Amino acid sequence: MNWLNSSVLLPVIPATALAAFTLPLLLQRYGREAAALTAAAVMASCLALLLPLAPAAFAGQTEIARLTWLPTYGLEISLRLDGLGLLFCLLILGIGLLVVLYAAWYLPPSDRLGRFYSLLLLFMAAMLGIVLSENLLLLLIFWELTSLSSFLLVAYRSEKYESRVGARMALAVTGGGGLALLAGILLLGQIAGSHELTVILAAGEKIRAHPHYALALVLILLGAFTKSAQFPFHFWLPSAMAAPTPVSAYLHSATMVKAGVFLLARLYPALGSSDLWFWLVGGSGALTLVYAAMTALFRNDIKGLLAYSTISQLGLITLLFGLDTSLSVVAGVFHLINHAIFKASLFMAAGVIDHECGTRDMRRVNGMFRVMPITATLAIIAAGSMAGVPLLNGFLSKEMFFAETVAYPQFAPLGWALPLFATIAGMLAVAYSSRFVHDVFFNGQPVDLPRQPHEPPRWVRAPIMLLVLLCLLVGIFPAWTVQPLLAAAAGAALQAPLPDFQLALWHGFNRPLLMSLVALVGGILIYALRRPLFAWQEQLPPMHPRTAFERFYRWLATGARRTVAKLDNGSLQRYSALLFTFVVLLGGWSFFSALGGGGIRPAGQPANEAALATLFVLLLGTVGATVLYRERLLAVILVSVVGLSVTLTFVRLSAPDLALTQLAVEMGTIVLMLLVLYYLPPRDAPNSSARRLIRDIVLALLSGGGLALVTLQMLTAPDHSTLADFYLREALPGGGGANVVNVILVDFRGFDTLGEITVLAMVALASHALLDRLVLRIPARDGDGRRWAGEAHPLFLSMLMRPLLPLALTVSVYVFLRGHQLPGGGFVAGLITSVALVLQYLANGIAFAQPRLPQRPVRLLALGLLLASGIGLASWPFGRPFLTSAHGHVRLPLLGEIEVASAMIFDLGVYLVVVTVVVSVLSGLGQLSLRARRGAEQA
Amino acid sequence: MEALLAIAVGVLSACGVFLILRARTFPILLGLTLLSYAVNLFLFASGRLQVGAPPLIRPGGTYTDPLPQALVLTAIVIGFGMTAYLAMLALRALSESGGDHVDAPEEPR
Repeated sequence: MNWLNSSVLLPVIPATALAAFTLPLLLQRYGREAAALTAAAVMASCLALLLPLAPAAFAGQTEIARLTWLPTYGLEISLRLDGLGLLFCLLILGIGLLVVLYAAWYLPPSDRLGRFYSLLLLFMAAMLGIVLSENLLLLLIFWELTSLSSFLLVAYRSEKYESRVGARMALAVTGGGGLALLAGILLLGQIAGSHELTVILAAGEKIRAHPHYALALVLILLGAFTKSAQFPFHFWLPSAMAAPTPVSAYLHSATMVKAGVFLLARLYPALGSSDLWFWLVGGSGALTLVYAAMTALFRNDIKGLLAYSTISQLGLITLLFGLDTSLSVVAGVFHLINHAIFKASLFMAAGVIDHECGTRDMRRVNGMFRVMPITATLAIIAAGSMAGVPLLNGFLSKEMFFAETVAYPQFAPLGWALPLFATIAGMLAVAYSSRFVHDVFFNGQPVDLPRQPHEPPRWVRAPIMLLVLLCLLVGIFPAWTVQPLLAAAAGAALQAPLPDFQLALWHGFNRPLLMSLVALVGGILIYALRRPLFAWQEQLPPMHPRTAFERFYRWLATGARRTVAKLDNGSLQRYSALLFTFVVLLGGWSFFSALGGGGIRPAGQPANEAALATLFVLLLGTVGATVLYRERLLAVILVSVVGLSVTLTFVRLSAPDLALTQLAVEMGTIVLMLLVLYYLPPRDAPNSSARRLIRDIVLALLSGGGLALVTLQMLTAPDHSTLADFYLREALPGGGGANVVNVILVDFRGFDTLGEITVLAMVALASHALLDRLVLRIPARDGDGRRWAGEAHPLFLSMLMRPLLPLALTVSVYVFLRGHQLPGGGFVAGLITSVALVLQYLANGIAFAQPRLPQRPVRLLALGLLLASGIGLASWPFGRPFLTSAHGHVRLPLLGEIEVASAMIFDLGVYLVVVTVVVSVLSGLGQLSLRARRGAEQA
Repeated sequence: MEALLAIAVGVLSACGVFLILRARTFPILLGLTLLSYAVNLFLFASGRLQVGAPPLIRPGGTYTDPLPQALVLTAIVIGFGMTAYLAMLALRALSESGGDHVDAPEEPR
């Protein structure tokens, strides 16, 4: 039996439920029974897995199982089973089994049930996860999963408008609460130093003394109150009654709404025992208790009445936890059990009535006792338990509640107020229970029912009967039935020795009993006086938190739509302007918030005339191109002037590699721009409006000024720490190259380079996609209205270029080979080769160049990338990390001694990719003219 | 020299941003080119400016910071790739929408 220990069994329970939740959907093709049986089997096996663990939990032990998940974030799959968890597991699985049976009858025969049971199982798995979690972050994940799965369950009949609205509201409220809970849990984890419950529950003193205790408490309570439908977040629960009744019986009586109360019980040792806890939890519970009880009395819909009574009873449980004595916590747990039992049976009975009569309106459903005496008897007993009639379980926990209010220590001067309040709440509960019983089962004849009701089949009554039997058993023999479970659960909730309490029907004639009697008599009196009460309620101003929520929701959606329409209006200019504005704001903010010490140092390098001249040329080109951008050809020439001055800057400032690269790229860019210019429509762009012009100039000045300031600050800041020394020191011994820039590219930061050539390769692929079958009209005239020159290619240029090709290729080979030692390398060599090839195309035309260009660019790209990544992978068999290089010396004729490094193969890959990309892009553009001409001839 | 470079970066980026905010594809192409010059110079400047100290290991040499140079080298090539991509996009857009306004469809004049 060694494998049956808790560390194996415990994770298996929720894992089974999660793994098996799709089974009903898969098996529904074998019939509704198959789906139902599968669901029942899954629940039963979870229950069977739980049983071996139960004795330890009954004995007051806490079983914990841990699996590492994301330890850096404090997130572990750690589960715990103690009395409280066991109680909830039993409720979830026990009532779940009954609901599975009941739903098979309730849902129409046309429904194949697979989807329903799958969702139900998913929800059950999530609930099990909540009650078994040891890690609070894990708990939160399951918490959100219950919100999601309950959304799907409430919206089960998605064709109905109310279902969708109800489901959306439930999701919005509980999901919003979940967000607050997330924040609260993170805060609590920070305070306690761990997200594990074991640590948190033991750190109560530390948590309550922390300055962030109030914030954490409020956030966590927001999560709990939204889930448990406490005022003012209660309104989603009546709307969620649009769910099929089995869902209401399961989610809205026994499980999901209890998750919030469960959280209160679970975290009570950590968060409870403070004034703030008393006022927030107790106050909210008390308000909910009375407000919802009053509302329940006036509902005409059976499920509406039950929903509000549920809210009210949850308020009672919350109030008991808020009273903050150990005995009140015991009473809270006890009432939680009792409420789950009687409310589930009441919902099922309500479903039977709805199913049989076709309506749930209590003004029409009357006199059902004669039609379905057995169901009626069962429902009346359950309602009696809800009202707190002696011999039933509700009576016992309600009497404990009364006793707690009488004995409550902190209200000594107002000793009568709390008991009075409790008695009024009890009276209201009796009143709405009486209304349910009297209106539905007696009160004359049914009025105009859509269907002729009958007693339902026996096996449908079985779940209700079982639950009602439990009500009676617990009510009459509490010490033999519920006491051990209650003791285990309450002990786990308190994390302290249990107070002395005795579950018994008869405690002698005392004040709580008196209060019970007053509540019974008073409640019946209230119900007897219902006509004037209903009339009074009619003329009250309506309170609609639900419609207020809907209005808020619509307002939010409209607002979001308007904002999006403003921002996302389809205009690239708008997007660019927003982007630059944001960048300027962000940059300005960080620049001015970081500015402090340091200040601006005088320039380090003296400027000579050459530098000034270069700057002058650069500025001339830049400003000229900007002002004259409508003169497109001129602008291209000016931009190339700028590029050349940038190249000169690199030459001057000790960057020969950059200068070579920039020079080669410059040629490619100019050719590219000229090719594009040929097709783009001649300049007839309208002038921008003055407002837009001013906006753009301001943005441009701010961006430019900001960047200039940052550059100056960066260049003159006194502290300058750099990685340079490492690379300069290691390049020769570690990378085997004297050209440090190249060594960095192909060796130290080879992985970056691999990424970069991959991006380049994507550009080539994109050129295929974009230019594929693109046919453009050849403009007849240029921008100034001149015809294009007719003659093909200047003979002189063409003749000069042909012998230049082998020469240029030789140069590029040389530049490539020496790249590891002297300026050069794959990038530069690739660019030189491409320029040489493109020049052939310029001089001789596409018809001449096409056969001489690489024919299958995609293959070449793949080859280049494979070379680069292959040489990287080659270091794996030697037990080295990806892209480790090796190097040695080789003597080559003519070239002399060459340092050969495996990085050169990498560089070869770079070379291939660069050549292919540049050539395929430019020749792709060139082929446009061939296609266009062909198109023009055909036309 | 530092001040001169800062001025160059500032003017290049200001003109680049202004051109990128125009409505036609061609000025955007020009603007992007200018802006990449600015950004490349800016990145390059993060290694400080030194004259006559190329990062080529030789006996008794002084060296400038090689890392920004390596970054800028790939940035130059990638910048070309981006310009090329934008150019092809402009042509494709021209054939799809019949105009070179970036907010196709063409607004009525």
